[in-house]
Amino acid sequence: MDFKSAVLGKYNARIYKNRKDHILEVKEGLVQKIDANTRAVPGLMTNRGCCYAGCKGVVVGPLKDTCVITHGPIGCGFYSWGTRRNKARPDADGNNFIQYCFSTDMQEPDIVFGGEKKLKKAIDEVMAIFKPKRIMICSTCPVGLIGDDIHAVASQAEKDYGITCVAFSCEGYKGVSQSAGHHIANNGLMKKIIGTDDGGLLGPRSINLLGEYNIGGDGWETERLLKKIGYHVVAVFTGDGSAADIARSHRADLNLVQCHRSINYVAEMMKTAFGVNWLKVNFIGLSSIAKSLRDMATFFGDPEIIERTEAVIDEEVKAVTPEMAAYKSRLQGKTAAIFVGGSRSHHYQDLLRDFGVKTVLAGYEFGHRDDYEGREVIPDIKEDADSKNIENLTVSPDRRYRAFLSPERYLELKEAIGLEEYAGLIRAMADGGWVVDDLNHFETEEMIRLLKPDLFFSGIKDKFVAQKAGVVCRQLHSYDYSGPYAGYRGAANFGRDLTMGLYAPAWRLVTPPWREVESA
Amino acid sequence: MRQVAIYGKGGIGKSTTTQNLNAGLGEMGKKIMIVGCDPKADSTRLILGGLAQDTVLDTLREEGDDIDLEQVLKTGAFNIRCVESGGPEPGVGCAGRGIITSITLLERLGAYTEDLDYVFYDVLGDVVCGGFAMPIREGKAREIYIVCSGEMMALYAANNISKGIRKYAASGGVRLGGLICNSRNVDGEAELVSSVAKELGTQMIHFVPRNNMVQRAEINKKTVIQYDPNCDQADEYRTLAKKIDANDMFVVPTPLTQDRLENLLMEHGLVA
Repeated sequence: MDFKSAVLGKYNARIYKNRKDHILEVKEGLVQKIDANTRAVPGLMTNRGCCYAGCKGVVVGPLKDTCVITHGPIGCGFYSWGTRRNKARPDADGNNFIQYCFSTDMQEPDIVFGGEKKLKKAIDEVMAIFKPKRIMICSTCPVGLIGDDIHAVASQAEKDYGITCVAFSCEGYKGVSQSAGHHIANNGLMKKIIGTDDGGLLGPRSINLLGEYNIGGDGWETERLLKKIGYHVVAVFTGDGSAADIARSHRADLNLVQCHRSINYVAEMMKTAFGVNWLKVNFIGLSSIAKSLRDMATFFGDPEIIERTEAVIDEEVKAVTPEMAAYKSRLQGKTAAIFVGGSRSHHYQDLLRDFGVKTVLAGYEFGHRDDYEGREVIPDIKEDADSKNIENLTVSPDRRYRAFLSPERYLELKEAIGLEEYAGLIRAMADGGWVVDDLNHFETEEMIRLLKPDLFFSGIKDKFVAQKAGVVCRQLHSYDYSGPYAGYRGAANFGRDLTMGLYAPAWRLVTPPWREVESA
Repeated sequence: MRQVAIYGKGGIGKSTTTQNLNAGLGEMGKKIMIVGCDPKADSTRLILGGLAQDTVLDTLREEGDDIDLEQVLKTGAFNIRCVESGGPEPGVGCAGRGIITSITLLERLGAYTEDLDYVFYDVLGDVVCGGFAMPIREGKAREIYIVCSGEMMALYAANNISKGIRKYAASGGVRLGGLICNSRNVDGEAELVSSVAKELGTQMIHFVPRNNMVQRAEINKKTVIQYDPNCDQADEYRTLAKKIDANDMFVVPTPLTQDRLENLLMEHGLVA
């Protein structure tokens, strides 16, 4: 029995009907459709997070020059504190707020009498102690229920302190997953931060890196490469990121999009408003890095950069080849399953391929159909009640609109390097691989039993499902205290961690209780 | 101890009726506590001869968890004990959650003593959310009276409240004791309210006529029985008190459809 029938066979009719279209077997050459971004079925033990997690935890949390206040009871703030291992170095002013957790710690009387006063007090305290230039406020569920007007509090704070204060109504219950929170965060950045600073000069070949959250230092490794080639990185959204940089990002020549799901709204809006083209890149995996760098060089069309790109690729590849080869010799022929948020399940397949590891199953927690099937399906995606609940910002060309490419060159390059395009995860997979959207605990167990992957990549919620089954699991949301995995050096780190995981004698050193009984 | 909740459309006279009725019960020697469940905190004004200064929620906010019952419980006319739940100013926070917090706190403070014959909950407006249904949840108030008049919207609200009661009847065991008609002098009022009551499976327990004496007593911060014990209206409230004290008709209401309710209005309102 194949994986799909085995899983679906255990479900009742209602669940069967819901889940059957979230699971597909990849058939090369076939246009395949998957259900995604729909409500998880209660009881299925989904790995998804909430809207607040997407807004605060993913997108605005990593900003180092901004104090992000969680307005709500303490749990939401506490459990989104430092868990994603977004690294950051202090900015030019010496500020680095991301190791702090700011929360209004709402109590019962704040629920009854309203929490606006407490939020205002929190802002006063933050201003007195940290004096940031920007404050962001993220709402949790009860704030939406009692109707605190956080946007009015934010406006007042701007008047009182002359700062930028952005409020996000990202209550956890909105939408079907953290994806709604990404969208809300994108809207807030677009409305209040991007394009607010026209001062200073940008270097030539200026770029922004979107959807790179510097988990385990990924962004630093990527930036190192880009700078080495000769790019001016204006802003990173938002790993080791600063709102001050993002304020100037509208003047860059090109936007690079690493995580498509969490940041594509900003990329699209910046294209419309400021004329900044965007290019889908992937700095995970040697061949993907090379392709991304070459596409960038093609975009700029500068012979010097094209030459420099090849030289850097050559140098970097040479530097890691012996190490990569050593790991590959021990990983070759293994199989993997990847279930992460909205982009890594695609990106890491490229890196695994570098080690001769085949991906037998991949899926997203909160990806949309375009993340699976490619952006061309966007016009066909039917809006449902959950997505309609999230503001869809419409922008128009700004007076500062500037197209880097001539219209002819744009058409030429769109064809050549796929500007503003993303082909999705399904096309990246080999025939016979499984794609599962919103994988749950039961399906994970079945997947391990039937597909027998050697390696499982996921997050903290399902890590132990795999480990209990004796399968090595690496967390791709946090890298389990390791990383970076991006770039060339990151690729070698990844190979090292996988080899350690597979060849560690840990299992042999542990005597399980049933063995003890046998021997006694 | 009988725990009674009074519901009804906003402005229909719940607080006035509750306090005047309680004066009647108090005169009969009953031991009573009134729990005002309205953020305006005006449910005990007549019994106390003015607004209670310290509501449960204000005290909770100012004193933290260190609250004594004496701070929030005041004794007024006929030794009636009065508590105001209080709540946020209009437009902020969550008044419903406030009622839940407040009643939970009163229980923990030991406000519900064995010697009480009655606890009355005077609840704001319609049942707008879970918090406002608190007094009829978890077996607190076992009987409910709905104050209404012969006006369309008052009866519409009464029918809606009945739906709430039906929902909680299964889990909390609450029952409807009857409709109290607080007359607005509309056409065919007593007949109309009686027939709506009948269709709901209950009774119009009393028809309280409209009398300016109520207004005069209110201006003087008194119940009618205190203000003019010998007037006709005082006797009306005494009668209401006796009827409620003797009531043994407690039902799970059968709410009307919108069409049926409108037909009844046509029948009685137009014919008269």
